[in-house]
Amino acid sequence: MADRNVCIVGAGMDRWGVREASIIDMAQEAAKDCFDDVPALKKDDIDGLIFASSYCGRSAFQVNAAPVVAERIGIKPTSICTRVDTLCAGGSSGIIMATGLIKAGMADVVMVSGGEKLYTPQRWETYYSEMASIDHDWDGAQGMGLPPPFFSMTAQDHMKRYGTTKEQLSAVSVKNRRNGANNPKAQFQKAVTIEEVINARAVVPPLGLFDCTPITDGCAAVILVSEDKAKELTDRPLVYIRGTAQASLHSMSMNWLGEDLSDWVHLRTAAKKAFERARVSPEDVDVAQTHDCFTISEIIEMEDLGFCRKGEGGAFVESGQNDFGGKVPVNTDGGLLSCGHPFGATGIRQAMEIFFQLQGRAINQAKDAKIGLTHNLSGLNVEHTILIYGREP
Amino acid sequence: MGFENFGTVSFTAEAKVADFITQLEAGKVMATRCRKCGGSYFPPKADCPKCLSSDVEWFEVKSQGKLASYTVVNYGPSGFENDAPYILALAKFDEGIQILARLSRDIEEKDITIGMNLTVSPVKLPEGRIAYEFIKG
Repeated sequence: MADRNVCIVGAGMDRWGVREASIIDMAQEAAKDCFDDVPALKKDDIDGLIFASSYCGRSAFQVNAAPVVAERIGIKPTSICTRVDTLCAGGSSGIIMATGLIKAGMADVVMVSGGEKLYTPQRWETYYSEMASIDHDWDGAQGMGLPPPFFSMTAQDHMKRYGTTKEQLSAVSVKNRRNGANNPKAQFQKAVTIEEVINARAVVPPLGLFDCTPITDGCAAVILVSEDKAKELTDRPLVYIRGTAQASLHSMSMNWLGEDLSDWVHLRTAAKKAFERARVSPEDVDVAQTHDCFTISEIIEMEDLGFCRKGEGGAFVESGQNDFGGKVPVNTDGGLLSCGHPFGATGIRQAMEIFFQLQGRAINQAKDAKIGLTHNLSGLNVEHTILIYGREP
Repeated sequence: MGFENFGTVSFTAEAKVADFITQLEAGKVMATRCRKCGGSYFPPKADCPKCLSSDVEWFEVKSQGKLASYTVVNYGPSGFENDAPYILALAKFDEGIQILARLSRDIEEKDITIGMNLTVSPVKLPEGRIAYEFIKG
């Protein structure tokens, strides 16, 4: 059997933020929103569920969560029903895996869902649980905790090497917070001025409060199907998964002997492969959702995804080249800086925004978007995940 | 002994490189080198990640490293709340290794320059705990 083309036909998410709801409650809300997006889909058609969550075993105290979610949303998968963990890229991993299964004929209609419930079991434990995502044995014993210190070092390295400024970092936050201001699902729905960003309380200098993504509860879900099935289910323009890649370089340890902190060689590796597989180049991308866990991340991503030259990311964002009217609008739904970052859900939220953009129904619509890209960075820059979507297969 | 008293908070349960702590108590910060392929490792590895050989040897990290980047931690993770603020630094060493450690409290932030020489040294912490840190020169 020849490989089948794979499409997204539906997407949804719950309201993200600090939620008084369980991870299963939120997965149900996201699934409902997703089902509402594709009314022709019958729940019995769904033969696969991939649930992306890194912390549900620890903070929601639920391992093997996929069958629990399946039961709660009333589906009975027969091809695949499993949980995946790639930390910040879990949702994207789920979409890559579902694409492969559908392409190969091993599944037909797969829901990729994901999310996190992080402020539990006790609120203080959040900051202990986060140690599981770094090299807790060695770096952790030194007091290396949540990601901000790592990205602070990265920002300082980029600033020293390329002259990147605090104003340029802040420009990313101003754009993404503005884009999120009209997103009803975002954790933060309030624009900020450049003065507010620059003068905000320092978290880890040079990163301030508005340079960092918050801790977020939330879920998201998409439905992936074969092209033939998609044509049965929707009259909307079809959105295809064209190419994917996921590249890891090193462990989660700060002691890895790699390139310089602001030189993300594994992002370039992943980008090269994803663009080749999608048969497009960076100039072809009409809209992108890249992993703005910190403002410095989006700047380096512009460079290593190939949207601008190495070292010019600061000037690229300051001149609005990553905004509407620029070279490529980035994080059009507000990104992680507005929406928040429930790890397993983020790649799915990005896919949802690209899906809406390519169908011409996004809240902040990019003009004539035909090629879209999503990107995730996992953990302390341990791997990069890229998916490229298109209106053509 | 093992890693029970390592760092302000120890997250290490059981590891094959427990001799690291014995050497640290004796005043030495050790790394490992693979006798087969020459790969050097810090944190130490009992088995080589490159060629997977178990024929590895210990060596002391005695050289001067160069500061690559640093950060001031104002909000410590669980267990470190009372330590903050402190400075985490990353340094590259000639032996082909890179080490993350705290800067000694003797070094003030105004005196830090990227590329400055640092050596890594054992440090005794309160309540019988032990770690390593960077000192000048």
